[in-house]
Amino acid sequence: MKNLTRRSFVKGMAATSVVAMGSINLNAGVLNQSSLKINSIADEVEVLSGKVFNLNIGKNTVNLTGNPAIATTINNSLSGPTLKWKEGDEVTINVTNHLKEDTSIHWHGIILPPHMDGVPGISFDGIKPGSTFTYKFTIVQSGTYWYHSHSGFQEQTGVYGAIVIEPKNPNPYKYDRDYVVNLSDWSDEKPEKVYRKLKLKADYYNLKQRTVSDYIDDIKEKGFFSAFSSRKMWNEMSMTDRDLSDVTGATYTYLMNGKNPNSNWKAIFKANEKVLLRFVNCSAMTFFDVRIPGLKMTVVASDGNDIQPVCVDEFRIGVAETYDVIVEPKEKEAYSIFAQSLERSGYALGSLTYDKNIEAVVPSMDDAQALTHSDMGMDMSNMEMEGMDMSGMKMNQATSNNKEDKQMVMSGMKMSKEMDMSGMSMPMNHENKEIPITKLEEEFGPQTTMRVQSPQYRLDDPGVGLRNNGRRVLTYSDLKSLTATTHDAYPDREIILRLTGNMERYMWSINGIAYEDAKPLEFKYGERLRVTYINDTMMNHPMHLHGMWSDLETGDDNYLPKKHTIVVQPGSKISFRVNVDAMGSWAFHCHLLYHMGGMFRKVRVS
Amino acid sequence: MKKLILASVSLAAIAMNSFAGGTADPLYTKVTIDSLEKQNNDEKSLNWEGNIWVGYDLNKLYLYSEGEKGKETSVESENQLVFSRAISPYWDIQVGLGYDKTPSENQTWGVLALQGMAPYFVETRLALLLDDEGNLGMRLEVEYDALLTQRLSLTPSISSSFYSDDIPEMEFGKGLSNITLGLRLNYDITREFSPYIGIEWNKNYGNTNDFNQNDETYAVAGLKFWF
Repeated sequence: MKNLTRRSFVKGMAATSVVAMGSINLNAGVLNQSSLKINSIADEVEVLSGKVFNLNIGKNTVNLTGNPAIATTINNSLSGPTLKWKEGDEVTINVTNHLKEDTSIHWHGIILPPHMDGVPGISFDGIKPGSTFTYKFTIVQSGTYWYHSHSGFQEQTGVYGAIVIEPKNPNPYKYDRDYVVNLSDWSDEKPEKVYRKLKLKADYYNLKQRTVSDYIDDIKEKGFFSAFSSRKMWNEMSMTDRDLSDVTGATYTYLMNGKNPNSNWKAIFKANEKVLLRFVNCSAMTFFDVRIPGLKMTVVASDGNDIQPVCVDEFRIGVAETYDVIVEPKEKEAYSIFAQSLERSGYALGSLTYDKNIEAVVPSMDDAQALTHSDMGMDMSNMEMEGMDMSGMKMNQATSNNKEDKQMVMSGMKMSKEMDMSGMSMPMNHENKEIPITKLEEEFGPQTTMRVQSPQYRLDDPGVGLRNNGRRVLTYSDLKSLTATTHDAYPDREIILRLTGNMERYMWSINGIAYEDAKPLEFKYGERLRVTYINDTMMNHPMHLHGMWSDLETGDDNYLPKKHTIVVQPGSKISFRVNVDAMGSWAFHCHLLYHMGGMFRKVRVS
Repeated sequence: MKKLILASVSLAAIAMNSFAGGTADPLYTKVTIDSLEKQNNDEKSLNWEGNIWVGYDLNKLYLYSEGEKGKETSVESENQLVFSRAISPYWDIQVGLGYDKTPSENQTWGVLALQGMAPYFVETRLALLLDDEGNLGMRLEVEYDALLTQRLSLTPSISSSFYSDDIPEMEFGKGLSNITLGLRLNYDITREFSPYIGIEWNKNYGNTNDFNQNDETYAVAGLKFWF
């Protein structure tokens, strides 16, 4: 693991600066500071407001790792400027392409006409080199969102930024100041190279693989036979429980508002202020686990929409999700805003501090956790943890069990005491009305390594890495819309989308069919559609439906939170409902950039 | 062919520009040298084994080559050019031609092979060979990578060959012909480049051993790399 590449150098330095703060190790800190201040781009993320915006997509030299590299940027800034809009305004955005290749901007989570959605090949033709495209639409929502290129791999190389929309009616919560906290992953490697490496050696960036000594530790702990049998299923399936993230800190440097951990982005507060932090995950591939040691965070919005406030120590933010949290820092304190990657190969870092010269103590990263049998979609309720056999799982077999698919959201949920059962209309007791399922085409050949047999709703599962860590971690079962959703119709029909892949060949698909071979999904205008995802892979997939809200089933039908991006945990299932209220063609895909080519569908609403 | 490849590459590049995440399945080429090593055997030979493929996720064209050059002897090699198609998540079926070369003779085969990863992460390739006189051959290679640390790995391997009939000019004997057991300790300097040391036991059997007596154990040292 002692890989002294320049990236570990930077991350190593970040670790050093912790030491340097209170002690004598100043040399390294000084050396490092000077080597990292050569950015030829804007130092702070610009904030633009008004009704007309001009965005220029170009290239800049950046130095985020100790070495110069080329980024694609918006208005010479990485991340791109934060756009401040007002609900009800009509905004005009002129996007000019100064690159030698096509570009585009997609307004992530924004409800707008289909030709303004910015997906080349679906909404429009893209923005050609040297030309300007004018986006114009009326803002019908409020909250924290983001925008990014939907062309090539430009999102990885810097074409992203945050959107903050001021609501027409005042927020239901109070705060004194707010900051956008934009998380991203940066690599000096060209994304085309990263993708090629993944195709040629899918575990290329996984430097925390299971070793013989892990096995010996298992044997010491459990005895030979138990250790062997607990490995048996993984081995028989040629899978590994350490397969957490495809791309890691082996190549990534994690950024907060475009700053590496060493630069330590600062959010300043004054005494007794309530601070709203608008977290946006603009990463190409990275899930972050976010906490601010010493502070409770009150989560007030998810994907731009207000939720019933919930107080947590930590939350996981999937790629493309947003969370707004309110914190109440104490006077004369500095806190670390600490966002460690899911597989614990690095972190993005900032400080919430009363003085820009004071940085907080940086916490150490948690240990990575291994995937469990439940991440393989095994029903743990009737099985022993150890000595598991293959009975709960069938590989690569078409064994769809409709009754199983109908299993309701409640099964994986813990009930909180405050919940009033009588006032709730759970999917399971909704007049026992069956939702008819529209069968979709499926193929399960070489595209698909596994098919989970007993996918469970795991809404109260914080996910691998966050389980039993002693902290109060946000889960999807905590997300309840602030406003009632009682007026929404009961679903007219349901479709099931299996998120499929072959990790060994690095191929991704839906229902075993990659985008280029798939027919569009047909939605009927005006229908209320239920969509159930089943994750047949070992990875989290942040699934994003364009143009319409995804009303996530989190336990209470009367308060379904509206989301634009839904994380589907490995081996699990999850359901959401859509008011199909937007005519036209829309993109629908996994938001992991290197999965997107295959795990993608066009949706046609007619 | 070169033009065709160039055309495909530029097509892939165009497609990549138009769509987020790029083309799901671009045309790639990979060169893998599994071993380029000095063997401390009687012949003090230099040996190689590797392949080049060009293709897509499920369909590829493979060129395999392995062989040796003894200090005093000329090059001997076994080569295959096959079309490879995925038939299941972990397995490819391959069809093509084989060409074995000794200093004085050569032999052409039709090849049908199965390549992939068996459960427990065992890399496997089984090739069936058939020549125009109806002689059958079978060559099996099995390898397992045991990670000792994230960089250090121990790789046991078995390779074995069988023939239906004697082919004296190639020194192939009927029945079990050869078994080679190897154990190599690799150190990944990068993910692409690993020097190693190891030990190999190599024995001929039956008529093959009559044609060419061979039973030795020797140290090896070499490099494996890919790009």
